[in-house]
Amino acid sequence: MTDTTSETVHSATDLLFEKFGDAIQADDREGYEGVIVSSDQLVDVAQSIRDDLGYNLLTNLSYVDYLADDFFEVVYHAYRVPAGGPPLTFRARTPRNEAILPSLTGVWPSADFQEREAWDLMGIRFAGHPNLKRILTWEGFEGHPMRKDWREPFYEEDNKPFKTRWPGGEVDRAEMRVPYGMNVQYPAGFTVDGYSPEGDAALYAGLAVPESASGIGVQQIKTDQLVVNLGPQHPSTHGVFRMTVTLDGETITRLEPVMGYLHRNHEQIGERNTYLMNMPYTDRLDYISSMANNMAYAITVEKMLGQEVPYRAELLRVLMVELTRIVNHYWAIGFLLNDLGAFFTPSLYAILERELVLDLFEATTGSRMMCNYMRFGGVAYDLPPYIGGPAVKPGDRARELDTLQFLNDLVFERLPRSLDELDRLLTTNEVIITRCKGVGVLPADVAIAYGATGPVLRASGVPYDLRRADPYSIYNDLDFDVAVRYNGDTYDRYLIRMDEVRQSLRILQQVVPMLKETAGEDYWAGKRPYNVRVPVGEHYGHHENPKGELGFHIVSDGTANPYRYHIRAPSFINITPLEEMCRGSKIADAIIILGSIDIVLGELDR
Amino acid sequence: MADPTPAIHNPDYPIPEELRNNIAITTLDRIYNWSRAKSVWPMLFGLACCAIEMIATAAARYDPSRFGMEVMRPSPRQCDLMIVSGTVTKKMVPQIVRLYNQMAEPRYVLAMGACASGGGPFKEGYNVVDGIDKFLPVDVYVPGCPPTPQALLHGFITLHEKIESQSITTVPWYRKGESEAIPVPILGPDLIDLRQASLINYMSTQTPEPPQPAAAAEEPVAG
Ligand code: SF4
Repeated sequence: MTDTTSETVHSATDLLFEKFGDAIQADDREGYEGVIVSSDQLVDVAQSIRDDLGYNLLTNLSYVDYLADDFFEVVYHAYRVPAGGPPLTFRARTPRNEAILPSLTGVWPSADFQEREAWDLMGIRFAGHPNLKRILTWEGFEGHPMRKDWREPFYEEDNKPFKTRWPGGEVDRAEMRVPYGMNVQYPAGFTVDGYSPEGDAALYAGLAVPESASGIGVQQIKTDQLVVNLGPQHPSTHGVFRMTVTLDGETITRLEPVMGYLHRNHEQIGERNTYLMNMPYTDRLDYISSMANNMAYAITVEKMLGQEVPYRAELLRVLMVELTRIVNHYWAIGFLLNDLGAFFTPSLYAILERELVLDLFEATTGSRMMCNYMRFGGVAYDLPPYIGGPAVKPGDRARELDTLQFLNDLVFERLPRSLDELDRLLTTNEVIITRCKGVGVLPADVAIAYGATGPVLRASGVPYDLRRADPYSIYNDLDFDVAVRYNGDTYDRYLIRMDEVRQSLRILQQVVPMLKETAGEDYWAGKRPYNVRVPVGEHYGHHENPKGELGFHIVSDGTANPYRYHIRAPSFINITPLEEMCRGSKIADAIIILGSIDIVLGELDR
Repeated sequence: MADPTPAIHNPDYPIPEELRNNIAITTLDRIYNWSRAKSVWPMLFGLACCAIEMIATAAARYDPSRFGMEVMRPSPRQCDLMIVSGTVTKKMVPQIVRLYNQMAEPRYVLAMGACASGGGPFKEGYNVVDGIDKFLPVDVYVPGCPPTPQALLHGFITLHEKIESQSITTVPWYRKGESEAIPVPILGPDLIDLRQASLINYMSTQTPEPPQPAAAAEEPVAG
């Protein structure tokens, strides 16, 4: 199956060779795939890849600093949507001292934020980008931190484990080493006196009321346009997200998301870490769906290692991932209702069910939220035989329940019933219908152009689900449908989550009996090494996370630490069409449109 | 019938038998602290993963209304407690300090989780502040990554104990004059804590040293 699909990628690149000749080179480095495009032809080639070859969704844009060879490489991955199959990889290079590439925002608007990220963190300019500002750090930040020769204030060594800690085990407080006693550093000769920060000037300048085309300044006529800032501390931004909107009366004319308030330098820390050390960090990406993040990372590295996974481990993984999906969608629905003004009551219903799933996670992995459950070649633990249940009678303290019985009750009775209850309470509710129907419409072609994935894409009528489009794990053997809705409005984005929960329950109802059958089988293959060494090469692995496609682009130089560790975060890219969806809506609708995209800041800002 | 107000009742003072159930005699400190401790309103703002556990704590299963703490206010003016629930980044810390300055006294800060307490798993990150106590006075630290709801509730109880041990005569917010606001840090080439301005200026006259690797530990002694 994968053979035929990788053949389609090959025949596609053959067409490119024919059409562009010397501008295209095969990437013959060991362990790499795809083609290298010369930068002056990049836009034309991209156009051809989109229009002639049909790779219409630019899913990922990653950037690698090849310090020894003195160039930056930007790696693009494109999909055929909804046909499916593996991504087409193409890349372009630019010298380190004068890093500039043509922007692909004209071909794929989904490149917008990703190019800004590459500029911010790597210092690659994109000629023709409409708004090339820093995105995760702030204007005025010194340096481009993902460059291999950039050092953070608490720098110790390039790679972990650090010699101060291992094997001696001494305590080393980074605060003692830096002059300020804090995680900061300043360029040589920097003084505070006379320094004026750039602040938000660039942001607000970009949002200023535009001159109208006829040459009459809008500002000269008396109008009501004003710029409103929302967040980063705001109860409806799902964390520390911020947006600034330009309003004409109540109507949104422009909107700019501002992010980076939770930029935790995931990728940079990830490149210092060893491969396995990154597993608990992935928990903290989309912290509502930690199991699914584990899965995405595990399958990516396993692919590079060529590691097989035992059947029971696959079952356990699918069990955990689908439970996570249910939790995530419940959470998303609950908080969408919060945004609609039904403050906290629907969320309480949603959180109640989540607690039950978390009981299972805690009993299995030892942690409610940050499960750190998967390993390369399997999972860390089997299901425990018993699980602590809540007290139900007076005088009870806690009860021991048989885990499989607990799971059975959960997926055959409790969750379907609670879903029906939510359905009954919410779906036909008049307020929800009037506030959500026709609001924030995202047509299918726009969704694809902006790189939306997951429920956001499927609510726009594109049946694209990686579990079916590029199958992995045991999803091929499981019976489920790809949920799809066709209107692309907020109401459909609500409904699609209900549908997906139903499909997940369907999967779980097949998995739980199989868990019973495979009890006692091996759940972690291989030697279970602490420190894996990944063969030289590059791989982009992806997984259908509850919020969309979570991808990991990993470059290995054969050592114990990843040379490049890039995360394609679904929330980050799904937020790209936010302005498209909000333009022309009322300000109150922006809140629910944002809520219906379902973002989580941990992975949006990384 | 049990004494309805055991915590505030001061039994040292003799009360006639027939008034026992109608009158409680107490000190001003006790009644003041008792009423404050039983109605601590947290600020409705979350930073990172820990915020999810904070929300879970606020939900039905753990029910913080048992502690009078279910009323979360999004406006700092109406809050008594700031729960710093997650990683404090450099980009976010000016906002957090500003929010703290906007809270009316008495105000408390609870650092929830490893990140808010000391940087946590992301401590070495270039955009991470290694603990909110670099900027704000923290009253209670709750360990965990994330702390379980039970741990957070324990943090609440610890805070209540702290509140109940304070005395009106010494608390800072009844002293003369205004309490000083914490200077809001600036986002420059890196985060600038204005209280360190003179140190930064002094360092600019020194020859710059790039960040140094830590000295390697001594060879571990066998055994
Ligand atoms: S302490 Fe852990 S759970 Fe809490 S914000 Fe930090 S990383 Fe997230």
